[in-house]
Amino acid sequence: MDKIPKWVDIALIPLINLFLALVVSGLVVLYIGENPFVAMKILVNGAVGSTYAWSYTLYYATNFIFTGLAVAVSFQARLFNIGGEGQAAIGGLGVALVCLAVPWPHWIMALPFAILGGAVFGAAWAAIPAYLQARRGSHIVITTIMFNYISSAVMIYLLVNVMKRKGSMNPESAPFPDGTTLPRAFDVAGWFGLPFSRGPLNVTFIIALLCCLLVYLLIWRTRLGYQIRAFGHSESAALYAGIPPFKITMLTMLISGGLAGMLGINAVMGEAQRLVTDPVQGAGFVGIAVALMGRSHPLGVLLAALLFGMLYQGGGELEYEIKGISREMILVIQALVILFTGALDNMVRMPVERLFLRLRKGSA
Amino acid sequence: MDLMTILQICDSALRLATPLLFACLAGLFSERSGIFDIGLEGKILASAFLSASVAAMSGSVWIGLLGGVAGSVFLALLHGVASITFRGNQLISGVAINFLASGTTVVIGENWFGLGGRTPQLSGGARFQDITLPGAVTDNDALREASAPVQVYSELMSGHTILVYVGLLAVLGSWWLLYRTRFGLRLRAVGENPESVDTAGVSVIRMRYSAVLICGLLCGLAGTYLATGLSAGFVKEMSAGRGFIALAALIFSKWRPGYALMACLLFGLLEAIGNRYQNIEIGGFEVPVQLMQAMPYILTVVILAGIVGKAIPPRAGGEPYVKER
Repeated sequence: MDKIPKWVDIALIPLINLFLALVVSGLVVLYIGENPFVAMKILVNGAVGSTYAWSYTLYYATNFIFTGLAVAVSFQARLFNIGGEGQAAIGGLGVALVCLAVPWPHWIMALPFAILGGAVFGAAWAAIPAYLQARRGSHIVITTIMFNYISSAVMIYLLVNVMKRKGSMNPESAPFPDGTTLPRAFDVAGWFGLPFSRGPLNVTFIIALLCCLLVYLLIWRTRLGYQIRAFGHSESAALYAGIPPFKITMLTMLISGGLAGMLGINAVMGEAQRLVTDPVQGAGFVGIAVALMGRSHPLGVLLAALLFGMLYQGGGELEYEIKGISREMILVIQALVILFTGALDNMVRMPVERLFLRLRKGSA
Repeated sequence: MDLMTILQICDSALRLATPLLFACLAGLFSERSGIFDIGLEGKILASAFLSASVAAMSGSVWIGLLGGVAGSVFLALLHGVASITFRGNQLISGVAINFLASGTTVVIGENWFGLGGRTPQLSGGARFQDITLPGAVTDNDALREASAPVQVYSELMSGHTILVYVGLLAVLGSWWLLYRTRFGLRLRAVGENPESVDTAGVSVIRMRYSAVLICGLLCGLAGTYLATGLSAGFVKEMSAGRGFIALAALIFSKWRPGYALMACLLFGLLEAIGNRYQNIEIGGFEVPVQLMQAMPYILTVVILAGIVGKAIPPRAGGEPYVKER
């Protein structure tokens, strides 16, 4: 059977989809009486125009790499984990508990335990829906969404009643000890004598890049990864090949939840330096768009996370510069990206495939 | 606890169950035809926003209703195009619709009214008013003295907006449509075994589009009731997971209209109790308010975990139909 060239499949079609999403977003901007080209310029400038902008863009991208990888891993097993938001929040809780439990002398010592705390808590939060899916057949989409709501109640309860800083009016934990402060980009740049703006970008970005590599190795270079992909392609075939569905469902979701939970290192330990009720700020949902755009491949996730990092940072500037555009505009763009790259993919794919097959026939 | 208190809680449960009921029936039609719809939430939100906005601008709740239904039907069609015509992933399409609704309602609401995503407070003809059934006692003091049947009639059965009664009728209507008409038989068949329906010469595509449209219409009523009956205007994210709870109720009811009513009333009752008793003490231990608020979500998980035994969804659910050549 004839196939389209690979670059069309993984680059051209997603780009056309993205373009369509941006066109429709532009129409929304036009409808609310603003100039979409001016808005675009502010957005791009706000995202990559200075080291300050880059610091925020890459900080957001770090969050989205974690949540994007989380969704991508679950997609490989054809499990749809929409619970990244809750898993990341509970992961943040794990990171906070580690940071507050011990008077850490140096961040190098605190970091491995914080990673463990975030990943274990995130994985634990994913474990219940995973178990219910694997053993009871409860729809994982609905249970993970419910766990998002439940996690937000848990976070509020803990921060209001248990972990609240004494004398504070806000539901937030005590600030973390100094020994947990992760080096930020301007510290690192300073070691080399380079100027860099004071932003939230920190060493977690490097951990996120490592995670991309590890997820690639896991999915395409290990036995477990093979089993996950086989399970995702056909559950019955996997079963016939002796791959246990329960084990694969559980492991995939634990890895997925663990990745989402690691967002806490960046947002809680790296940026806020204390636990607040909503450290995730929607990044769990962005992960869905990121995984879809990135075709569930770590490299794709990385690129899509960068794109969404720009969108988030630039969108924030947009709200600041143009009064008529509210922050939720980002949500609209995000929805349109999911719609065009995920659900309406065939709308572009079918005509493009036909076009390429015709071209090939013409040249042969 | 006296009868009057119980009646008040039940009354409130019925009100809170109504949006769930519409959404649950909406999901029932869609899923019975083989189209999974996790975008109920988004459709409720969009119709809540549009009904409240149009009602605020026109001053008439009935025009608002049209606006709300139109918004919901538009999103339903989008889901139909994505999942029926372009055979996209139905879960992904649903997720996109939920985000689209939660973003656009605020962006456009801010543009229209500049109230931070709210619509203006609705009053008078811009809201659905309570209907007092004939013979119901409306005076509070007189009601307290009245006999039990009068209390039940006046407090629980009377005094709802028209949409509550429409919701109860919709249960009956759905049952009749699904089990007593040719359309219903075909609809159920298309969700179980689309090939056979196709072989019989009925268009699978057309059946599924009809189901999706009915789903849009019912979600429109859910959102409209939420914004113009239950509340007096739109607040951002006001659907608060009701679309997902309705899906859980749908599974609980095993895709049958009568049981859907029961399941939705149960969720409504839970929410009503949660609203009335913000602080419950059980054996000297005070239940945190956050736990009460999270209760509907926890119960949803518990029900999905199979307290009700095995729920078998329509067999062709979630799979696009490709006609054989």
